[in-house]
Amino acid sequence: MITDLVREYHGAQHLAGPILIVEGIDDARSMEMVEIVSPGGDVRLGQVQETAEGRAVVQLFSGSDGLHLPDLTIRLRGRPFATPVGREMLGRVLDGLARPRDGLPAPVPETRVEAGGTAINPAARAYPRQHIETGISAIDGMNTLVRGQKLPIFSGNGLPHDELAAQVATHARAGAGEEDFAIVLAAMGVSHDTAERFRDALEGSGALEQSTLFLNLADDPPIERLITPRAALSLAEFLAFVHGMHLLVILTDMTNYGEALREVANRRGEIPTRKGFPGYLYSDLASLYERCGRIAGREGSITIMPMLTMPSDDITHPIPDLTGYITEGQIVLDRDLDRRGVDPPINVLPSLSRLMKDGIGEDETRADHQDVANQLYAAYSEVTSARSLAQIIGEDDLPGRQKRYLRFGEAFEQRFLNQPRGEGRTMTETLDLAWRMLDLLPREELTRIDDRHLDAHHRPQAGGAEAIGRSADTGRPDGEE
Amino acid sequence: MSEDVGIIVRVSGFVVEARLDGDLSISERVWVGEPRLAGEVIALRSDGATIQVYEDTQGLRPGEPIVGSGQPLSAVLGPGLLGNLFDGIQRPLDALKASSGDFIGRGIETPSLDPERRWTFVPRADQGAAVVAGQLLGVVQETELLEHRILVPPDLGGRLAWLAGEGELGVEDRVAVIETAGGDEVPLPLAQRWHVRRPRPVGARLRPDVPLITGQRAIDTFFPLAKGGNAAIPGGFGTGKTVLQHSLARWSDADVVVYIGCGERGNEMTEVLEEFPELTDPWTGRPLMERTVLIANTSNMPVSAREASIYTGITIAEYYRDQGHDVALMADSTSRWAQALREIAGRLGEMPVEEGYPAYLAARLAAFYERAGRVRTLGGDESSVTVIGAVSPPGGDFSEPVTRHTQRFVQGWLALDADLAHRRHYPAIDWLGSYALQADAVASWWTDEVGPRWPENRRRALDLLQEESGLQDLVQLVGPDALSDEQRWTLSGARLVREGFLQQNALHPVDAYAVPERQALLLDLLLTAHRLGRRRLEAGDPLDEIQRELDLSTLIQLRQEVPNDALDRLRERRDALRTELDGLDGESDGAAGDHDEPDEPKEDTREEEEGA
Repeated sequence: MITDLVREYHGAQHLAGPILIVEGIDDARSMEMVEIVSPGGDVRLGQVQETAEGRAVVQLFSGSDGLHLPDLTIRLRGRPFATPVGREMLGRVLDGLARPRDGLPAPVPETRVEAGGTAINPAARAYPRQHIETGISAIDGMNTLVRGQKLPIFSGNGLPHDELAAQVATHARAGAGEEDFAIVLAAMGVSHDTAERFRDALEGSGALEQSTLFLNLADDPPIERLITPRAALSLAEFLAFVHGMHLLVILTDMTNYGEALREVANRRGEIPTRKGFPGYLYSDLASLYERCGRIAGREGSITIMPMLTMPSDDITHPIPDLTGYITEGQIVLDRDLDRRGVDPPINVLPSLSRLMKDGIGEDETRADHQDVANQLYAAYSEVTSARSLAQIIGEDDLPGRQKRYLRFGEAFEQRFLNQPRGEGRTMTETLDLAWRMLDLLPREELTRIDDRHLDAHHRPQAGGAEAIGRSADTGRPDGEE
Repeated sequence: MSEDVGIIVRVSGFVVEARLDGDLSISERVWVGEPRLAGEVIALRSDGATIQVYEDTQGLRPGEPIVGSGQPLSAVLGPGLLGNLFDGIQRPLDALKASSGDFIGRGIETPSLDPERRWTFVPRADQGAAVVAGQLLGVVQETELLEHRILVPPDLGGRLAWLAGEGELGVEDRVAVIETAGGDEVPLPLAQRWHVRRPRPVGARLRPDVPLITGQRAIDTFFPLAKGGNAAIPGGFGTGKTVLQHSLARWSDADVVVYIGCGERGNEMTEVLEEFPELTDPWTGRPLMERTVLIANTSNMPVSAREASIYTGITIAEYYRDQGHDVALMADSTSRWAQALREIAGRLGEMPVEEGYPAYLAARLAAFYERAGRVRTLGGDESSVTVIGAVSPPGGDFSEPVTRHTQRFVQGWLALDADLAHRRHYPAIDWLGSYALQADAVASWWTDEVGPRWPENRRRALDLLQEESGLQDLVQLVGPDALSDEQRWTLSGARLVREGFLQQNALHPVDAYAVPERQALLLDLLLTAHRLGRRRLEAGDPLDEIQRELDLSTLIQLRQEVPNDALDRLRERRDALRTELDGLDGESDGAAGDHDEPDEPKEDTREEEEGA
């Protein structure tokens, strides 16, 4: 945008929450950055949401307490909201608006970019095909993460999603070249405690120098949360597509972000849709998530891992729901698994990685990978129905086939899903472990796997065939709901 | 014509209010502000207009100019559409990339079709003759297979005053001059324009009774689509709508495919862009891209252009239909389009009716799906547009407005089920919740072209699944031991249908696509095996032995093992089972190869249901 002269106006007429209305302005530009200066020199930032002859509606990005309308100086900056970016920002802890939070002087930016970003032309994208080893079997084996993917973690309050994200970040970094891998964390409305734990985890693994933390904590103004992920993603885009680095961006907690958006929409008197969220929640979330990916002919990549706590563990709540429609799959944490001591408590059935199919296989991981994953899914869904049957008729009365699946299910959860914190498994270890789980099932149950892989890897435990017995086709899960 | 007609007085998101001193029409394409952003007039008052802007309005301010075009928002229709990727208002994304780089810039004017490219035009009409709307003027070979027919536009007729001779033409070059009854001479360029919100007229609407073959067993055999029909694919996130839409775009036996990525993921469009040029059309052996038009308004592109993308797409589809081609249009996802409508309505301050949607939501959906149809064109050809729209219900709740209204207007309903998807049963088409009103209409095609058993096998397979559902309820109540051997065998039969037929691996080279004959043979084989088992049970054989000998897991693998060109293997296997069955039946009725006995006595199933 053409940089006009900065214009100043005095006084504002109306303030409700983060929405400030300034009258007597004819030339405010849509989405222009605004500085609201109090007589004491205190500067707050905002953005023109709506402009009309004689009037501008400004949305503040900080709290509005203490503002005295007649005394304000409204400074229109003649350019959109811009955020600093640059390599020097790595290793720093910043606030939600990219100002230092670590007591050090502000990093010298290489440039400033418009925080909102611009859509990547679909014709310029390169399809992501390179897997990232996270060291976590439930992800690597069954929901493989691919460089340039957006894969959220759906969690609930009290579940160990922060630990999972930290572990992914640490391991992913170890797998990549240390120099060209960086982590950007945007924390929105999280507690000091959570932020500290992230910091410690990154520091412990030596990843802190290659990380930038944007922290908007629970006691910071909620409205800043609308800028925090954009500032973080702008930095990520710059590092990825200008410096050719591979970025892992962790956005947490998207539920807090969505609530801030709802609050602003509500203040502006917009028509609410489901659970009071504005109709554009989908587009707004997409404007963040879609900033991930790869661009043909450029080195770097942006992988986004948004985290969100589902209110009341409800996956149909608008934030997880719309996130799931935009992202390329989801990793779902489960309270029941957590109670039973499975860590990380990843419920694989509703979890999915849409880009997995192109990031695995003979050239990337192993030829049997897809078949093994499919079979684990099919088998584990049998476990679910065997368990619900056991609840009705008791485990002892279960037919042999179902008993076998119960045994498989126990082993799968305790040995495959469960893994000691900090212990990363290699892809080969994960896949071999998967086969040991499948060894608990007889070959005729493994209809999703190609014969040549079965020949090569399957070592059924004795007694497999007889256990199938005469009730082979009862209690199938399909269609029971 | 393009002139200043007014100035901006208010900017709120993508909605701009203007004060006019010149003239604008509703739906007129305008340029907004100093960056000349693309916009469309959506409301007019005595002194002002409301404009929706198809690009990011950042930086606009009151006082900037509005420029009119004198034309409604139109699609440019001519050779060069195929193989192209456009945004929602038909700007080629390659050209945008050339002018603004990897990120989409604003206010960029690029012609929809490359004006430099030359096409060999071959005249097919006589200069001086009387011509009517839809009449053939000449042809251009657009791709190796597709003959692009240049027609008299639908709203024009008269005397063909001049026609270009055979030679090289660009899309902006004059191809003909038509003298109307009123004596006006109307020059026609090679590429024509059509107002996207206005359906192109047809000669007559015909009954859709030819199936659109998709190679997807769950669709072709269970819930068939008809050429010229319409269908919706509702499903929560992760149920596989997009994978299914991609499969349909790849495998459908249409001449032209229009794929609209409406508010969906950027990587998905990239996937199509990278894969389709490499994949070959199974019907013609040519690269798939040669028959495909892509329209992408990804979820981070401006929301108002999302609304337009659907209309741009269907107008292109109708244009190829008018040339006599069968066109299939996939829209993924119509819910994003509806949400764009909602957002526009909200910005205009319209009164919402349910979940914030405007009152005209149902009418807009109906009008869109009605643009599907099998028709006799103005030129006298028979052709079709098939519309398949994905629907993304929030929270997977099918009672929400978009899903509910869509269901009122479509003939095919392919409901995707989250539970099936979690179990990796793909395509996750819920057989109990889906339907195809066109199944009866296309049944005669199957019996004539493939084999007489299609309607009955289809019915029998659906019955098995229905029975299974009842038996599952029973098992949930009293445990599996309460089932009789016959009932257990019914469950085995249902498993054969589910795992051996309905499941289809879109990534598997053999399984991804099954020709109709293969579908019919496979189903016949599985059902024959099931009947054989039942006969043996009746004859007193133990269930274990039957299950072992018929070896269900091998039968289930057949779908991945026997390719389209080795159908004899299926036929032999089926015939062997039949011979055995006939032997048991005692009253053998005819040669195995052309077995056409009626359904088994219905008593069997009734008994089982009574047991349940």
